Amino acid sequence: MPMTVSEKILAAHADRKELRPDELIEARVDFALGNDITAPLAIEAFRRAGAKRVFDPERIALVPDHFTPNKDIASAIQAKLLREFSREHGIVHYFEVGRMGIEHALLPEQGLVLPGDIVIGADSHTCTYGALGAFATGVGSTDLAAVMMTGKIWFKVPPSLKFIYRGKLRPWVGGKDLILHTIGRVGVDGARYRAMEFTGEVIDGLPMADRFTMSNMAIEAGAKVGIIAPDATTEEYVQARAKRPYRVYRSDPDASYEAVYDWDVSDLEPVVAAPHLPSNVHGVRELSHVTIDQVVIGSCTNGRLEDLRIAATILKGKKVSPNVRCVVIPATQRIYRSALEEGLIEVFLDAEAAVSTPTCGPCLGGHMGILAPGERAVATTNRNFVGRMGHTESEVYLSSPAVAAASAVAGHIAHPDAV
Amino acid sequence: MNLRGRAWKFGDDVDTDAIIPARYLNTSDPAALASHCMEDADPGFAGAVRAGDVIIGGRNFGCGSSREHAPVSIKAAGVSCVIAQSFARIFYRNAFNMGLPILESPEASESIQTGDDIEVDLGKGLIVNHSRGQTYSAQPIPPFMQELLRVGGLMPYVRKQMAEGEGENNA
Repeated sequence: MPMTVSEKILAAHADRKELRPDELIEARVDFALGNDITAPLAIEAFRRAGAKRVFDPERIALVPDHFTPNKDIASAIQAKLLREFSREHGIVHYFEVGRMGIEHALLPEQGLVLPGDIVIGADSHTCTYGALGAFATGVGSTDLAAVMMTGKIWFKVPPSLKFIYRGKLRPWVGGKDLILHTIGRVGVDGARYRAMEFTGEVIDGLPMADRFTMSNMAIEAGAKVGIIAPDATTEEYVQARAKRPYRVYRSDPDASYEAVYDWDVSDLEPVVAAPHLPSNVHGVRELSHVTIDQVVIGSCTNGRLEDLRIAATILKGKKVSPNVRCVVIPATQRIYRSALEEGLIEVFLDAEAAVSTPTCGPCLGGHMGILAPGERAVATTNRNFVGRMGHTESEVYLSSPAVAAASAVAGHIAHPDAV
Repeated sequence: MNLRGRAWKFGDDVDTDAIIPARYLNTSDPAALASHCMEDADPGFAGAVRAGDVIIGGRNFGCGSSREHAPVSIKAAGVSCVIAQSFARIFYRNAFNMGLPILESPEASESIQTGDDIEVDLGKGLIVNHSRGQTYSAQPIPPFMQELLRVGGLMPYVRKQMAEGEGENNA
């Protein structure tokens, strides 16, 4: 029976030759993760269940990244819980402040999540690893607790949706624009319970950073995974990092999809998702009247080295508008160091942007850039819900690093060509 | 398993930041989370909700983050059931795992208004609107899932099963 890449990975982890959408299966998990917000609940559930040990201390990552460096006493207590649990159970991949990064940038960078894996994370953006050709999905803390105990999880096999992107991308258009465009077309529940599969010549030409951005935001269309079958680009990225063997799966040409979206994106302009849903997508030029107070460049969506390079290209030799605070957050320590060595940090400092140690911070209104009532931000993050970055009367506009950097200079939403 | 309370109606795409804003996620204490439940959608909700009340959502209720704090805060606020046209995937799973009953019913989601007196029979998948004299149907919750909800969620359910297993072995 022909199968999609998602179905093949699930079948392999459930010792099945084939399976169909909507079947319930129990699957082995290759890697599991939690953070300083979700892991405390998982640890509590793990302890209350009377569990004595984790299924494999080398296949769990605990990453304090959301409210770290600890923003207040309560956050410090949560982070401490992770630290102590990691010591108690010999969790190999516990990443302390100073050695860490935003989980979804960090784990691929460290070669801990790989093609063909099933990855379970108590964080909705776990779907990021779909860019590696992994079946990766977010769950709640209790599901993580069960996985930490057993190394297994039950799934309903999702129907797959195929997205084909054809043509040639315009300058300044990349993965963020493609995924925002996609969410704008299908809606925030357009892929609910489904596996999104990104294909086509445009995807073939995308570097890994852009692919991670696309898979990262599959959840914003309601999807369970956003997968891209591995190719030479993936192999090149993974081979240098992989800490264990992996297997590559690709969809059969005659695999069945619930729907196929076939788009020519040659005319796509940089886009922005206006408040208060990621599906409220407009061409950047339609929104150039919107003045802004803050720009955030970072997050698990767009805090990678390639993102910082794009932002630096635009900010080089310019100043952030006097009316704007621009916060740049490299997603991992390694990215931070590379940005320093390449001179990107100097560009940001010369432009009078603030540069922070890695943290999810402002993306979810945690810390490091909270908005006051009436304030507006352009952010390379993933959600623009009411109150997401601060006060319920503040607004978040989601964009690519290019549009965010251009907007920081202009003081209003701006096309990169305009600055 | 019958539940009864007043309805609180919300719209489509109620996200987890509206249910429990991230600024309150520096704790996992249910009572603390309950005191901010639905705050960014209706600041008056947490202060006025009563035990047994029912939340009515539109499409895609619970979209956004994987935070289990969302169903925890709703349950701890005393809400007996959430009825929506549809639920976001992670929230759906988390709600059952936390012992919060949820039902999908497009007609109930559309017809019920804030303040209506609602009674829910989970086993039959029946929703009665006493205020309007209407009845709506939903997919019934199977007995094992009702038991999971009754004992308070996945972990208590698993513990109970393990304890019963040990009891049988001893007999």
